[in-house]
Amino acid sequence: MIEIDRITKVYGDTTVVDAVSMTVDTGTITAIVGTSGSGKTTLLRMINRLVEPSSGEVRINGEPTRDTAPHLLRRRIGYAIQGHGLFPHHTVARNIAAVPRLLGWPRYRIAARVDELLGLFGLDPAEFRDRYPQDLSGGQQQRVGVARALASRPDLLLMDEPFGALDPIIRARAQQDLRAIQQKLGSTIMIVTHDMDEAMSLGDRVGVMDGGRLVQYAPPQEIVARPATPFVAEMVGEAERPLRFLSLIPLRDLVEPGEAEGAPLSDAASLRDALSACLRSGRDAVPVTRDGAPMGRVTLAALRREAARCP
Amino acid sequence: MSLRSGLSPPGLLFAVLGLGAMALPFATLSANRIVAGQGLALWQVAGPWATAAALAAMALALGLGLRGGWPWARLLGSLLGLGALLGLLGHAAPRLLAEAGEFARVSPAAGAWCLLLVFMMLMADALSVLRPGPWLRLGLLAGALALLAALFASGLLADLSVFQEYRARIEGFQRAAARHVALALGSLLAAGLIGFPLGILCQRRASLRAVAIPVLSFLQTIPSLAMFGIMIPLLSWVAASVPGARELGIAGIGFAPAFLALLLYSLLPVVANTVAGLDAAPRAAVEAARGMGMTPAQRLRSVELPLALPVILAGLRIVLVQNIGLAVIAGLIGGGGFGTFVFQGLNQTATDLILLGALPTVALALVAAILMDIMVDLTRHSPGEAR
Repeated sequence: MIEIDRITKVYGDTTVVDAVSMTVDTGTITAIVGTSGSGKTTLLRMINRLVEPSSGEVRINGEPTRDTAPHLLRRRIGYAIQGHGLFPHHTVARNIAAVPRLLGWPRYRIAARVDELLGLFGLDPAEFRDRYPQDLSGGQQQRVGVARALASRPDLLLMDEPFGALDPIIRARAQQDLRAIQQKLGSTIMIVTHDMDEAMSLGDRVGVMDGGRLVQYAPPQEIVARPATPFVAEMVGEAERPLRFLSLIPLRDLVEPGEAEGAPLSDAASLRDALSACLRSGRDAVPVTRDGAPMGRVTLAALRREAARCP
Repeated sequence: MSLRSGLSPPGLLFAVLGLGAMALPFATLSANRIVAGQGLALWQVAGPWATAAALAAMALALGLGLRGGWPWARLLGSLLGLGALLGLLGHAAPRLLAEAGEFARVSPAAGAWCLLLVFMMLMADALSVLRPGPWLRLGLLAGALALLAALFASGLLADLSVFQEYRARIEGFQRAAARHVALALGSLLAAGLIGFPLGILCQRRASLRAVAIPVLSFLQTIPSLAMFGIMIPLLSWVAASVPGARELGIAGIGFAPAFLALLLYSLLPVVANTVAGLDAAPRAAVEAARGMGMTPAQRLRSVELPLALPVILAGLRIVLVQNIGLAVIAGLIGGGGFGTFVFQGLNQTATDLILLGALPTVALALVAAILMDIMVDLTRHSPGEAR
């Protein structure tokens, strides 16, 4: 568990981060979203003490970060940044091994961990181990960057706009992969982004920063349903709010008995997917399947009713 | 292959220059080492058969150089041309001396020097097309040096004037060579010891950079003769007033002032290239190194310096070549080195003595430049490069 307690950063007369408090549960993803200059990156960098807080404290599993020397603290906290930051003069394996080497792991254990991580990120160890970062595609470089951040099984992974340099298609894929790997490893992740869509799709909880303050910290459904301030509402997008609301609810919550024509959707797809399918094909209902077996249907009327619940 | 598409423009230039050079005086025969001699044309220095063979070989060499797309043939041509040129000189010298007086000297004249230059340019041009890798270049350099050593050992050129000058002062030459290398390499080493830390500090602190770089740039603008001259009163004063300085060998003339002058000239390239190399290290990689818990020293050692190394080595290359050239001026203030012969030769108007100082200096600078280029290549990490 990560506890952030009234943490503040002041540069001269400017308060960049203003008494932010939040608790991040172990094994969850927390997305911090805000415009540039909102203090979200400074908040993240105060957690691994790349920026020293002016006041307040951060505790990781109850232990104040202040009690550990900064470079030792950072070896326990994964850090992935925009543009991956891989070392161009080291192979992929040596890049991933960077933190374990700093920690003095034995050679055989490092080699095993490198291969394990490459496999986890869908990169064949035999093929990629000895390549150099320049020889990889943007998506592959980004995956190696995240693998490197996870190499020493850190207590916490901090990610600062990690997908910012990727094109939209690779970006969506990278988000899915991160979700899958986080669930497999049970990692605790804090990710900073300026993209509300990314925050919504990745975060178990979303924190919205505005002018150095944490204005709302809640699960995505609540952010959409009850934006705490006009700024949050603007970040969510007033016109898109019903659609965002639908996109956060899976079909299994609204499925009803009955039949429908046309291509079925999985019960894990969102209500927004169902609405889109109805509009595209001119249907009033879509069939829903679970693991390929028919489960029932979701009707356009039910979707409309559900969307109206969004305040 | 049509002539038009197969013609190498530089090859054509070399052929024209080479043919022109053949018309210039090839060798000089003088009554002694000081008086101006009499120029002899290429066809006047040897018997008809030797002359014809050498002319044919040189013409063939220039012809081989004409064809673009055949770099190995052009390289072979340059070697053939050099062989014919040196062979003719070696063959002609004893013949000419036999007919002249006891103190007579034979030395290469403008034509021979121009031909030497043309064939070496042909070689450089062929090599630049071949684009050999660093290890092959190292091998080629070793081969060239071995050939040169064999040539000197064979005594083929022993009757040329510059070799007579050499034989008259073998010990002095060896001392000068050792001193020249000590001046150039020693000042490079000292510049590294001072310049690397200074460069690293300058890269970290903008305020230090704002002072250090202009000061070092100013030092660089002082004319070299003036710089060596300034050292004389400066170090005389140090030797006279600082206790123990004289015992360390510090004096107004000799090794110390020459070394110091070279060191001052070396600092700007070392510091500026260290700063530029560190600046060029990708920001994200340095930031990631910090974020993963490397200490500043670990970051410098395993990320920043390795990434900066090619640029830093490029700076050292400039320094080394510059110092080998500048060290000649040390001869003027008693610092030793090949400059001793150059200035003695100037005073005596003995051209061959000047050459005895100048030729090894040029060769040394050339070898140093090639070696440093090889090192820069070996440390560079460019995308897609075969490893």
